[in-house]
Amino acid sequence: MMRSWFKSGDPWVWLNAGAISIALVAVFGLLGLIMVRGMSHFWPAEVYQFATSNGTLIAEMVETETVAAGSVPGIDISAGEIERHLVKTGNRDLLGSDFRWILEKDITRREQPQNLAVLERVEWGNFYGYLTAVYQGDEKVAEGDAAWPGFLQRLDRVQEIRAQINSLERDDIGAVNYKIERLRLHQRSLELKGKTSPETAAEAEAERAELDREYKDLQTKLKGLYAEINRDAITARVMDGSEVKIPMQKIVRAWQPNNMSLLDKVGFYFQSLWNFVSEDPREANTEGGVFPAIFGTVMMVLLMSVIVTPFGVIAAVYLREYARQGLVIRIIRIAVNNLAGVPSIVYGVFGLGFFVYFLGGNIDSLFFPEAAPAPVFGTPGLLWSSLTLAILTLPVVIVATEEGLARIPRSLREGSLALGATRAETLWRVVLPMSSPAIMTGLILAVARAAGEVAPLMLVGVVKLAPSLPLDGNFPYLHLDRKFMHLGFHIYDVGFQSPNVEAARPLVYATAFLLVVVIIALNLSAIGLRNRLREKYRALDN
Amino acid sequence: MSEVNTSIDPSIIHATDNSAAEVCMNVNNLSLYYGDSQALKNISFQMKRNRVTAFIGPSGCGKSTLLRCFNRMNDLVESVRTEGEIILDGKNIYDRDIDITALRQRIGMVFQKPNPFPMSIFENVAYGLRLQGVSRRRVLEEKVQWALKGAALWDEVKSRLDDNALGLSGGQQQRLVIARAIAIEPEILLLDEPASALDPISTLKIEELIYELKSQYTILIVTHNMQQAARVSDETAFMYLGEMVEFGDTNKIFTNPGKKQTEDYITGRYG
Repeated sequence: MMRSWFKSGDPWVWLNAGAISIALVAVFGLLGLIMVRGMSHFWPAEVYQFATSNGTLIAEMVETETVAAGSVPGIDISAGEIERHLVKTGNRDLLGSDFRWILEKDITRREQPQNLAVLERVEWGNFYGYLTAVYQGDEKVAEGDAAWPGFLQRLDRVQEIRAQINSLERDDIGAVNYKIERLRLHQRSLELKGKTSPETAAEAEAERAELDREYKDLQTKLKGLYAEINRDAITARVMDGSEVKIPMQKIVRAWQPNNMSLLDKVGFYFQSLWNFVSEDPREANTEGGVFPAIFGTVMMVLLMSVIVTPFGVIAAVYLREYARQGLVIRIIRIAVNNLAGVPSIVYGVFGLGFFVYFLGGNIDSLFFPEAAPAPVFGTPGLLWSSLTLAILTLPVVIVATEEGLARIPRSLREGSLALGATRAETLWRVVLPMSSPAIMTGLILAVARAAGEVAPLMLVGVVKLAPSLPLDGNFPYLHLDRKFMHLGFHIYDVGFQSPNVEAARPLVYATAFLLVVVIIALNLSAIGLRNRLREKYRALDN
Repeated sequence: MSEVNTSIDPSIIHATDNSAAEVCMNVNNLSLYYGDSQALKNISFQMKRNRVTAFIGPSGCGKSTLLRCFNRMNDLVESVRTEGEIILDGKNIYDRDIDITALRQRIGMVFQKPNPFPMSIFENVAYGLRLQGVSRRRVLEEKVQWALKGAALWDEVKSRLDDNALGLSGGQQQRLVIARAIAIEPEILLLDEPASALDPISTLKIEELIYELKSQYTILIVTHNMQQAARVSDETAFMYLGEMVEFGDTNKIFTNPGKKQTEDYITGRYG
């Protein structure tokens, strides 16, 4: 009975199905965990006012746990197990920290006052308290029930001015500074070549004066805007009953979570999500968004694809089509396959030593002597990161392309040759187009690997905070020499290098989820392209 | 004339008289080796212009290998060595200074299995022309139409020239590759069992086409099917184990073979 069951092959089928189920559960469990942990961060949590034996506490509930009494300081071990809550009190500037533990048994009363306000601030994290009055200059313009609507109205104005200030500082003043720097480099290069003359000096001087004037105009405008944004302020009562004054230019967003309908909360949720993916980070990356990291990741992967595809395809064509198959080619093929197994940090070290210091250093001394001693390409940057990852993913592309070339039927090659095509013409017109789905497969695998790679990038170009994006409106628009931010490194930086661990934890999950989404999006677009090519060249299936 | 009792009905043979035709190609003492083993042994014969020459023989006798000697397709196989000569217009095509791509443009080839490229019907036929640098749309259109008409395919595909060629039936695909071959106006067509993968109706169409084409081209055809050889060819060569056993008018080979081996083969005693 048992024997015949074993012989029937059924146990083997069950074993296979079981393995697949475990794999699926693992994948979806992982995705589900980071999604739930990360995405729930943006939901506007309710804020409680607790009355405890140690005074009033205004806070969000973060998590609850039951621990042995002995592990809590000040509690006698004989109390057995006790329940405690981690709460977020915000107001770091007043209290010294955002989070604290409170014991369930200390809480005597909890309520959710409708008019409790949460303010997201430019610095010092969230503020929790009751709005009491709104000031314009020193004059009180609203208080009591009228304070909140008046405040929101003024907040809109502040946000508008802040957007203007940002665009002025980053785009206009940035462009002027960039031009001034280019002018300086140009002059310096003339100096080095010994081509300076009174005319060039006068010309440069005139140009500089023009730029300086432009800069001064912008500065004046900026000063005006700052005066405008500093006009309003509010006062608010915090949990110990004292009143604090907050300039409105410090406030990013304000809401009353206990006073929001479900629809309001959904709207707020998507607004927060959008801010997360579209804004720059603030406060050592623990607040604000991750837009530069998304941008840097995508940019680096695209650049890597552009570099690795031609190299991989050319190498594979040589190995499969032209080289005489023999011992040497076999050794090369084994070496290529082994390259795929080299730890990625080794590629990082290679990239730093060869690309950054050797290539970059030489490029600097040959083409950018005027920038010395500041390096241009002789320092980690986007180009070197892309090149390093291109080398890292090269074996994948070579192997996939070779397999694609091997699958092209002999009859098609002969058909082309019999019409008087040379081997190269046959390759370009028939073989390579037909191999393009296989090349895309290689590229998909390469993208999947490169987008998730962090270790080598830490050596060749990624930074925790990049002052500007590698793509902007200043000539030459694409700045391959700039350092950039990357989602993978951002996870590490926020999670493990941040001064505010509790605040950073949900961001770690959110960023991890975002990284997965970005990789899936990159892969799906490559897969879509491959399927179209497959449809076009479906001869291989006949 | 003592007739032999073959399975071929002599009435299907309508070979043209060969005595008046001029010589197109001369094969002299051709031998071919795959490494150490000899696949073709000292083959010599003459081919007439605007005639159909058929090669028959059992599998592995070397008839496809011989066919592939004429456009030097065997060069692609490593370890192949050829001796002897094939004279075309007074020049050995195995000479060092021969331009192989030019040679292949003069000698077109159609393979056993239809092998259209995964492109549109139009681009398949235009492929050889584009290789020669023809790029003007009007010239291409004219030539493609001419070639498709020549391959008796025009009426079936004229409304869908931009469709993928792989959507055609097997018989249509085979006529498409014939059109592709004649589009560059070769002098000689090599057909390697062109109908073996096709159904009877498509086969008939191909055979009719061969009959049409011989007024303009010299045709060499390899076939397994003796009926087909009898139907389409003017001259027939019987090959066995790499040797050319007998070569002569189709009429004679099928009604009064000179060698015992030939007779055994066409009467169906082996093969």
